[in-house]
Amino acid sequence: MKAAVIVYPGSNCDRDIAVALEKVTGRKPLMVWHGESDFEAVDVIALPGGFSYGDYLRSGAIAARSPVTAEVVKRAAAGVPTIGVCNGFQVLTETGLLPGALMRNANLKFVCKDVHLKVENAATIFSNAFDKDQVIRLPVAHHDGNYFADPATIEALEAEGRVVFRYVNADGSSGNGANPNGSRNDIAGIVNQQGNVLGMMPHPERLIEQALGGADGRALFESLAQAIDKTAG
Amino acid sequence: MSGQVTPEMVAEHGLNDEEYERILAALGRAPNYTELGIYSVMWSEHCSYKSSKVHLKTLPTEAPWVICGPGENAGVIDIGDGQAAIFKMESHNHPSYIEPYQGAATGVGGILRDVFTMGARPVANLNALRFGDPDHPKTRHLVSGVVAGIGGYGNCVGVPTVGGETEFDHSYNGNILVNAMTVGIAETDKIFYSAAAGIGNPVVYVGSKTGRDGIHGATMASAEFSEDSEEKRPTVQVGDPFTEKLLIEACLELMASDAIVAIQDMGAAGLTSSSVEMASKGGVGFELDLDKVPQREAGMAPYEIMLSESQERMLIVLKPDRQDLAQGIFEKWGLDFAVIGRITDTGRLRILCGGEVEADIPIASLVDDTPEYERPWVAGPAAPLLAVDDVPASNDLGAALLKLLGGPNLSSRRWIWEQYDHMVMADTLGSGRPGGDAAVVRVHGTNKGLAMCTDCTPRYVEADPEEGGKQAVAETWRNLTACGAKPLAITDCLNFGNPERPEIMGQFALAVRGIGEACRALEYPVVSGNVSFYNETNGKAIKPTPTIGGLGLIADLAHRASPAFGAKGDAILLIGKTKGHLGASRFLKEILGRTDGAPPPVDLVAERRNGDFVRSLIETGRLTCCHDLSDGGLLVALSEMVLAGRIGAEIDAPNDLALHAWAFGEDQARYLLALQPDDAEAVLSEAEKASVPAQRIGTVGGTSLKIKWLFEVGLEDLEAAHGGWFDRYMSRLDK
Repeated sequence: MKAAVIVYPGSNCDRDIAVALEKVTGRKPLMVWHGESDFEAVDVIALPGGFSYGDYLRSGAIAARSPVTAEVVKRAAAGVPTIGVCNGFQVLTETGLLPGALMRNANLKFVCKDVHLKVENAATIFSNAFDKDQVIRLPVAHHDGNYFADPATIEALEAEGRVVFRYVNADGSSGNGANPNGSRNDIAGIVNQQGNVLGMMPHPERLIEQALGGADGRALFESLAQAIDKTAG
Repeated sequence: MSGQVTPEMVAEHGLNDEEYERILAALGRAPNYTELGIYSVMWSEHCSYKSSKVHLKTLPTEAPWVICGPGENAGVIDIGDGQAAIFKMESHNHPSYIEPYQGAATGVGGILRDVFTMGARPVANLNALRFGDPDHPKTRHLVSGVVAGIGGYGNCVGVPTVGGETEFDHSYNGNILVNAMTVGIAETDKIFYSAAAGIGNPVVYVGSKTGRDGIHGATMASAEFSEDSEEKRPTVQVGDPFTEKLLIEACLELMASDAIVAIQDMGAAGLTSSSVEMASKGGVGFELDLDKVPQREAGMAPYEIMLSESQERMLIVLKPDRQDLAQGIFEKWGLDFAVIGRITDTGRLRILCGGEVEADIPIASLVDDTPEYERPWVAGPAAPLLAVDDVPASNDLGAALLKLLGGPNLSSRRWIWEQYDHMVMADTLGSGRPGGDAAVVRVHGTNKGLAMCTDCTPRYVEADPEEGGKQAVAETWRNLTACGAKPLAITDCLNFGNPERPEIMGQFALAVRGIGEACRALEYPVVSGNVSFYNETNGKAIKPTPTIGGLGLIADLAHRASPAFGAKGDAILLIGKTKGHLGASRFLKEILGRTDGAPPPVDLVAERRNGDFVRSLIETGRLTCCHDLSDGGLLVALSEMVLAGRIGAEIDAPNDLALHAWAFGEDQARYLLALQPDDAEAVLSEAEKASVPAQRIGTVGGTSLKIKWLFEVGLEDLEAAHGGWFDRYMSRLDK
């Protein structure tokens, strides 16, 4: 599986997700600078976390209009698996590849901590190595993670099984502070209608080995590798 | 040249008559306004260390692993395999009090630049914060602004904020302390220094444009506060972490080539101090054309351009044939790049603007022939040693413990560190997340780690500056040891009141003496640091606060320890001698409302012996649970281990020591360990052979902290006390 990691000025989890992709797939991803409007064909595109363009204007807003993003949008629309983590999720909503928006956290503060997530849909290319309803632990680190969409969109996301990850407590229950940012329906990650574009606020790339405090993020990259190798094979 | 200088202007620039005479002698004429400004910032306490130099010279700065000690932008130590750790701590106290968000944010930005200037990729930030009394009307506002500012900057540049400390004390009501530390990693053959060289070489300005912000920041940091301090808000700089992130990447990309002769960030006193220091270290002159300096607004005077403290700017001396390469890199990152001058052989700083010579000053007079004061100092009265009997016994130790754990100074700092991205770069080790003895950050791509922490106990330093200075060093050494690291070196950030007062100068002189003694005894030299004087408001000084930042190396990350109790049945050992020292203790202050007594004496021989013993157990893989004892003593440390491991402990109380002194005494050189009972027996006998005091005091297990025959507190109650205070306080639910 060959991946590309898009690097915007101000991205700061680009190395982290590149390391995770390499550790799981054994292949070094291609790092693509924001000014490049074309890059070689890849199996997966990753939009990393960070503060692209300093979060100025609105987080993700300027990156969504960057030269490389036009190419990303084109390829994602053509079916190339695309994952946006944290700031990458914000960029994906700003491009319209994913519906809704990430608003400022309900308590108005940046939050960095481990949260628990329920895998609501284990049938996507991003989550097939998890079990459905499995509770996993991943960290969040964001100021704008409060997912919002109009009621009709939320309803459609739920009805179509497009909510992939949802904030829960360690025992899988909801409420009681499980949601770190006030997002609608405790949504942590969603896919587009075609199922090839995932946006999520938690950082799977930060927990891929026990030394760092956990390895629950690993299965996400394994899912992708499996799905893509299957298609290729 | 323009501008007639009047005696009023001289006074406003904080220069006394004798200093002005020196300027006249150096120039052989009267300075103009621009030159007066340049002398004023270069001779400010902040830049010249004129009151502290004589004392700082006494500190040990060498060890076989020290590559570069004090005097450069940051200290450099060898961590093996061709790699170096580069680190420093610096204060940003005055700006943070006036404008907490920007003051703290630019403190982080400044210390990051000090580290990446030398060729290191910053890998961790820490900060030591001291605020006034929680009940003081400004405290919440300052806590909230400072924490948001540190997070706002560090999170955006993508360097994890992994540790530090926070203390509340009324002495900081009018003068908070924000001490920021950065640790970076470089290749030993790619370290960059600031000495300019090569007559005719281009002097290049990169980064943000110069604006009118921060003019006279260094001078402000060299004077006391009064009621009108709010009016100084325009002297606080405004940070842009996005530009800093680009600057880090662009500089590291340039550093990977061989284009750079010398490089220096523009920190306090901006373009003035950076150009003067580079020229002085290289023994050359600089000629700068201010018309070439990228400017944010039109019509800035030479004085403003030279003294601006606009952030995110660097000065570089390039090899002449590498100019295009360098320009290409900075343009790629969208940063300004301008050749603003040349190196000359005149030994003078010559400033041109609009074709006119605006300043022409011998560099040596700004750096070498500066005022240096051996200020008079007196030692304060010695605090009496308190005997155990001098302190009334507590009739409810359990209640006292909960009060301490649930108080402003020993409660969990989660409210703060959850606002910091402490995991970006994906090398912050699990048990090294904030809350442990020291943070542990893996050296990227290797199996070794850097341990780091900051410590100071200002109430000890106030009661006995020399012992307090020793203790601050020893506590960092102990914290690094407790996680299994070999302590290598420190950076010091010395925060004191007005040095013109002999009693303050006495605190400083003695604390530095204590720091030096501890560093020598522990083979733990000072490699960088900063002095912040004039931390006073309306003549009232802060508690003397020499904050120490310690750095250590864990050679193999498979062998390290954390404070979390592990398995049921593990034996709990107490290492070090417990005498029950309650003078200047947390218990005395918070439970009895007293602040008297001498601080616990620091026996550096015992520190080293006990610490080396504990570390050897961790290094050989025999010990993974270890915690040092400090603020609050034994029961507080035990509670922290119970909370970290989410498993209880059952402890035997002694019969040969008053229980309150045993429970809350702050004797030094002590650690708590937990390990399998069989191993524990072996460790006890080895300790005896090594003359290390050690005793078994209890067993891990259950869901409470139980002191047999005395009291029992459930895990939930400990957690509620420890975890609850900060949230309640910041949401004003504490009343």
